Amino acid sequence: MADVKKIATRESYGNALKELGAEHEDLVVLDADLANATKTNTFQKAFPDRHFDCGIAEANMMDVAAGLSTMGLVPFASTFAMFAAGRAFEQVRNTIGYPHLNVKIGATHGGITVGEDGASHQCCEDFALMRVIPGMTVLCPADDVEARQMVRAAYEMEGPVYMRFGRAATPVFHDESYRFVIGKGEVVAEGSDVAVVATGVEVPEAMEAAKLLAAEGISVRVVNMATIKPLDEALVIESAKKCGRIVTVEEHEIFGGLGEAVCGVLAEKLPTPVKRLGLHDVFGHSGTAGELLHEFGLDGAGIAAGIREFLGK
Amino acid sequence: MTDREKKDLQLAAVRVREGILTATHGAKCGHPGGSLSAADVFTYLYFREMRIDPKNPRWSDRDRFVLSKGHTAPGLYSVLANRGFFPTEDLPTLRHLGSYLQGHPNMSTVPGVDMSTGSLGQGLSAAAGMAKGAKVLGKDVNVYALCGDGEIAEGQIWEAAMFAAHYKLDNLCVIVDVNGLQIDGPTAQVMNSAPLDEKFAAFGCDVVWAYGHDFDALEAAFACFHANHGSGKPTAILLKTLKGKGVSYMEGQVGWHGKAPNDEEYARGMAELAAARAALEEV
Repeated sequence: MADVKKIATRESYGNALKELGAEHEDLVVLDADLANATKTNTFQKAFPDRHFDCGIAEANMMDVAAGLSTMGLVPFASTFAMFAAGRAFEQVRNTIGYPHLNVKIGATHGGITVGEDGASHQCCEDFALMRVIPGMTVLCPADDVEARQMVRAAYEMEGPVYMRFGRAATPVFHDESYRFVIGKGEVVAEGSDVAVVATGVEVPEAMEAAKLLAAEGISVRVVNMATIKPLDEALVIESAKKCGRIVTVEEHEIFGGLGEAVCGVLAEKLPTPVKRLGLHDVFGHSGTAGELLHEFGLDGAGIAAGIREFLGK
Repeated sequence: MTDREKKDLQLAAVRVREGILTATHGAKCGHPGGSLSAADVFTYLYFREMRIDPKNPRWSDRDRFVLSKGHTAPGLYSVLANRGFFPTEDLPTLRHLGSYLQGHPNMSTVPGVDMSTGSLGQGLSAAAGMAKGAKVLGKDVNVYALCGDGEIAEGQIWEAAMFAAHYKLDNLCVIVDVNGLQIDGPTAQVMNSAPLDEKFAAFGCDVVWAYGHDFDALEAAFACFHANHGSGKPTAILLKTLKGKGVSYMEGQVGWHGKAPNDEEYARGMAELAAARAALEEV
């Protein structure tokens, strides 16, 4: 995909905030000394009076956002996924989730594609942590086009939303006519032997795997599941009926993330063999994003290998 | 404050204390000690200080109150009920299955509760967010947060204090109920927070000490908060109080932090409060 335009979804987040900020005066942005990394500095330059740097104090930032929301503002609280979902978990659970406040959490640097910073900053647990909070919407875009629409959709809905964005530049495969809808997955490649349900940066990797396998006569459906919660159960069931086997792919521990969400639906409604690709009870480590995707079997070639093994081919 | 106004506040505070006993007795659990130590400041805030409308609890220009020490919900519920936000008859349903009076304040179910709290250390941050929001929106809204002197061991309190001073939230008033006792014992022994005044001053607040059971002292302390408007400084009011104040057998007793009165203790406490009310009415 060397000739494809690549943009990190954190860039999309910053650009979308700026665009929305021009339309909505009630939109405010908080950051925790990472505005240059989360890209909220794009918004900050345009609307300095509506960007509040909270310093390196994520717990306080989340509860400040809760307070701001009760005044009728729509805060986007931004930091790395590790600190948004991890450090500030209980603030998000008790002071945003429990009162179901209209706070949007923009968590960048999700997953192993954080790269060189290593395991301390590679959050592979955030889907699990955020999914279990009652009423929390959990989103993860696959490319720039989807990410920008996601920020708008999050603004337009009432209630708490967690959005995971990536650090690494990844292929833009949607065109501007694409319309993201919260709670709806998208079939990005049709196939009938196996359905891959992927999210985030794993969607273009799964599309690559589908191309590799097509050459071997294996027909792969690829589903972009940008909404982790509420899950598009109908699309999961339809994919299981059509293909008979499901592979899930995510830059996340295999515990508690998209894979287990899919398994939960299928176990109750249509028992179907599933293989979960992700991190298998291990932490990441330093390396480039590409090296790490390869090492953990989460690049196109690795996903293709996982599918072959699953299909016994 | 006229003598008549002061007596009305004192009578209201007795009713608030009666409600605390009634609620915790009805619940057979809950936290009377820290509710009683804060009963006078609850009364002062809701009967004199804050711009609120019990008929319109969600009025957008109202002053806000955040009970950061959320376990003293019986005190907040009692003052809200006595102020007319909901019937005092509902207080004994505290903590019961199906009651809107949850064990810790729930803004989604209780009229007049501005923020859900209970997990210590978080309320001051939420209050700071409200104060910042009021500034952003150009609203003349004051925000009050009540913390415990045990609670302030939570590091987030100091993150919030730093934020409040940095953003010049002179519309924010943090109140600390310094009753000196927490669940495990005297605060000085469990985790010494002294000197509180120097700590809040170092974090950029204007600090005022007051005796928390004297309405003249409370009026003077909140006058300092109003005087600080325009200064860019948040105000910290440190209230010297007595845990369990107003019910003799609970006063200064750490054991009454989180225990409800039984039938006999409830009757004794209510009799003491009735006597206090009668004494006030005689004068």
